[in-house]
Amino acid sequence: MKFRANLIIGGSLFALAVFVGLFAPWLAHTDPVMDANLMNAEEPPSWKWWFGTDAQGRDIYSRVVHGARISLTVGIVSQFVNSIIGVTLGLTAGYIGGWWDDFVNGLTNLMLAIPSLIFALAIMAVLGPGLTSLLIALGLTNWSFTCRIARASALSLKSQGYVQAAKVLGYGNLRIMFTQLLPNMLGPLIVIGTLGMGGAVLAEAALSFLGLGIRPPYPSWGSMLSEARDQITTAPWLSVFPGLAIFLTVLGLNLLGDGLRDILDPQSRSTRV
Amino acid sequence: MLAFASRRILQSVPTLLAVVLLIFVLFSVIPGSIISSMGDDGRGPMDVQVMERMKKELGLDDPIHLRFTSYLGKLAQGDLGTSFRTREPVTSMIAKRMWPTLQLIFAAMLLAIVIGIPLGFVAALRPGGIVDTASMVVAVSGLSMPKFWLGLLLMYLFALTLGWLPSFGYGEGKYLILPAVTLGVSPMALLARTTRAAVLEIMTADFVRTARSKGMSETRVVKWHVMRNALVLILTTIGLQFGALMGQAVVVEKLFSWPGIGSLLVDSVQQRDIPAVQGAILVAVLFFLIINMLVDLLYVVIDPRIKYT
Repeated sequence: MKFRANLIIGGSLFALAVFVGLFAPWLAHTDPVMDANLMNAEEPPSWKWWFGTDAQGRDIYSRVVHGARISLTVGIVSQFVNSIIGVTLGLTAGYIGGWWDDFVNGLTNLMLAIPSLIFALAIMAVLGPGLTSLLIALGLTNWSFTCRIARASALSLKSQGYVQAAKVLGYGNLRIMFTQLLPNMLGPLIVIGTLGMGGAVLAEAALSFLGLGIRPPYPSWGSMLSEARDQITTAPWLSVFPGLAIFLTVLGLNLLGDGLRDILDPQSRSTRV
Repeated sequence: MLAFASRRILQSVPTLLAVVLLIFVLFSVIPGSIISSMGDDGRGPMDVQVMERMKKELGLDDPIHLRFTSYLGKLAQGDLGTSFRTREPVTSMIAKRMWPTLQLIFAAMLLAIVIGIPLGFVAALRPGGIVDTASMVVAVSGLSMPKFWLGLLLMYLFALTLGWLPSFGYGEGKYLILPAVTLGVSPMALLARTTRAAVLEIMTADFVRTARSKGMSETRVVKWHVMRNALVLILTTIGLQFGALMGQAVVVEKLFSWPGIGSLLVDSVQQRDIPAVQGAILVAVLFFLIINMLVDLLYVVIDPRIKYT
């Protein structure tokens, strides 16, 4: 019964974030960047300003709502890139073996040796701040776990009867990999992808908080918290809502990942942490 | 043991070399990054002649493989280059910031171990109980919470509202508490979950059933069999978390103005001080490799079944 609760709560939180992101222009009360008015500066939360206003008099609620777009875009796109890289490398390494497997293994170990946030920082240092740089930096630095799982699955699946049968039928290697192996390893990959998306949302927020991701005035939850830090004594509510938005989105993705694992990858249930 | 230790050290060398190469290539191949970043001080474009002279001085006109060999040669002598901004040797910049970072990471890990492991144990001994449910809620929340948000909230509550602790800065013990708690929460959550999973699995193992049927007391079963067997998985998690902490420390150090390697890295990235960025990353990776090596050596000590031949 427990996994249903994970799935329902996690799925609802994630669905809410996606809904808010998709309909941000209709849900927001004001323009998140342009509608600054110093007359309304640092208003605490009220019926008029649900989440209060910042030092420039911008509506925090509208900025949080628009922030969902950036966070989810980065989370979804960068995790998609990670999955493509990880699956392609892991699947081919496990199936083909030989020198290619050694090479991919070495590359994965190398990636695991560099803390991913630090590697992403290095890439941002070269590319400079911005959404595209963020997508590249986070899309290139987090594929090692996906790769490991795809490789391990490919190794165990390739000796299965149906794969041998496909070989006997004269299927090419590519066809076997993508029509026989890939569909049978999708479960764990979806789980790791969901959890990785949560990690990417956190990493985007961290990089934007450090001033290296999305730069102000654009409403990224991380950069909003960075601005909030300077006004924590005068306007503490600025720190609450963007952080809560990150927390609930990532919590949703983590619970969803856990719930999906119980359904799609039941063997791991007893050993999972 | 000594032979294994030396072989394990030798095994890390290729990884370290590959990291050095990767970081070097990243900052060298992208066109114009070094010189343009040096001139990127907001005072307008750099004079062409100055750029040419700097290129020559820094040896940037040489082919990349020569530059890499010379970088590697200097690295072998402990020379990480000179900072573009402060003109100070990067090695001494890093040396000054090493201790604050180590202090922060070890304090956070200590907190995670002291709270996380007992919490996981208690949760596993009574699965489904109040402690189990509460600790798992805390664990899932701890893993989903952005460090800098938690830090901001702690700073607001304990420093600005209650006035018990300093809000940021570096100094005696009390300055360490908030950053260490902020950094320690997610390894604590992960350790609690790992310990719980490990203990639950071991509790159903044959040797535990045998020990119980022999009439061994429950305390002795837990102490002799469960704890020692769970330790391998717990130790693996601790080792992996050390590496992750080095990455997360970047954000926490910046939030609390903690003068460690993480804040050096962020400042250097912002100022595009490439030698300092390269140096800070290399030190972080080296730290991670050393911790992993120590964990591998500890395996042999705590679990006699693990043998390296």
